[in-house]
Amino acid sequence: MVLADYLILGAVLFGLSVAGIFINRKNVIILLMCIELMLLAVNTNFIAFSHFTGDISGQVFVFFILTVAAAESAIGLAILVVLFRNRHTINVDDLDSMKG
Amino acid sequence: MIAFEKIVFYLFAAILVYAATRVITVRNPVHAALHLVLAFFTCAALWLLLEAEFLAITLVLVYVGAVMVLFLFVVMMLDINTSPIREGFIRYLPVGLSVAGLMLFEMYLVVHSRYFSAGQMPAPVPHAADYSNTRELGSVLYTDYVYPFEIASVILVVAIIAAIALTMRKRKGTKTQNPAEQVKVRSTDRVRVIKMEAETKD
Repeated sequence: MVLADYLILGAVLFGLSVAGIFINRKNVIILLMCIELMLLAVNTNFIAFSHFTGDISGQVFVFFILTVAAAESAIGLAILVVLFRNRHTINVDDLDSMKG
Repeated sequence: MIAFEKIVFYLFAAILVYAATRVITVRNPVHAALHLVLAFFTCAALWLLLEAEFLAITLVLVYVGAVMVLFLFVVMMLDINTSPIREGFIRYLPVGLSVAGLMLFEMYLVVHSRYFSAGQMPAPVPHAADYSNTRELGSVLYTDYVYPFEIASVILVVAIIAAIALTMRKRKGTKTQNPAEQVKVRSTDRVRVIKMEAETKD
């Protein structure tokens, strides 16, 4: 196994999640799941580099990314619950009150 | 031994790509969440292959055990009508796939270029059987990275407080204590000493 195999796998995973963000752009839950997949791809790259260069710091970074991703998904889902309670929809197109 | 490792890698990579594809294409959000669980499990297996045992187990515990359960709770709690959400799927499919394909092509160019010799770096020698990934990670985490570690814990506390504060709902008729009132109270508000003549019992 060479490093390129893992990097290509990470790139495939990242590309799939980018495509998922494009084609599921109305459903906020699937968008959050795609972001989780992206972070997974990035973490895989970090761990592959850490393994092949023999430097444990990459794994420390994955540790921090996991922490921040857990916090992000918890807050994101809380926002989603509040949104659904107030607006009764999670369709992105209906959430235009800020005229962005 | 090398051939076995290759077989394991390609098997898990195929499962991972399949699960990721299902996550983004499936109609039902519950199915998407379950396929994401499959993707996390498979990725944990790949991380085990990369000798990152602690993080692989953390991925299963934290992601599959906590975050995905949270996702499933929210998906089931919200009553989502998926049919209007799905419209535009075909419309955005070409642009999505082309952006993804372009990124993949760029990454391929980088990894297989002549100037990126690290891509063909051979696998390092496997660690001995008594090597502890957890010990190594801990010895770095609590010395060099102790300050970021503390910040990470603060971020988790912020996330807890934010999630609770966002979703907390005031209901009518609930009995709550008001700490300010409780602290402010004086003994004279509660006990009244009165003077009276002593009385005999009949």
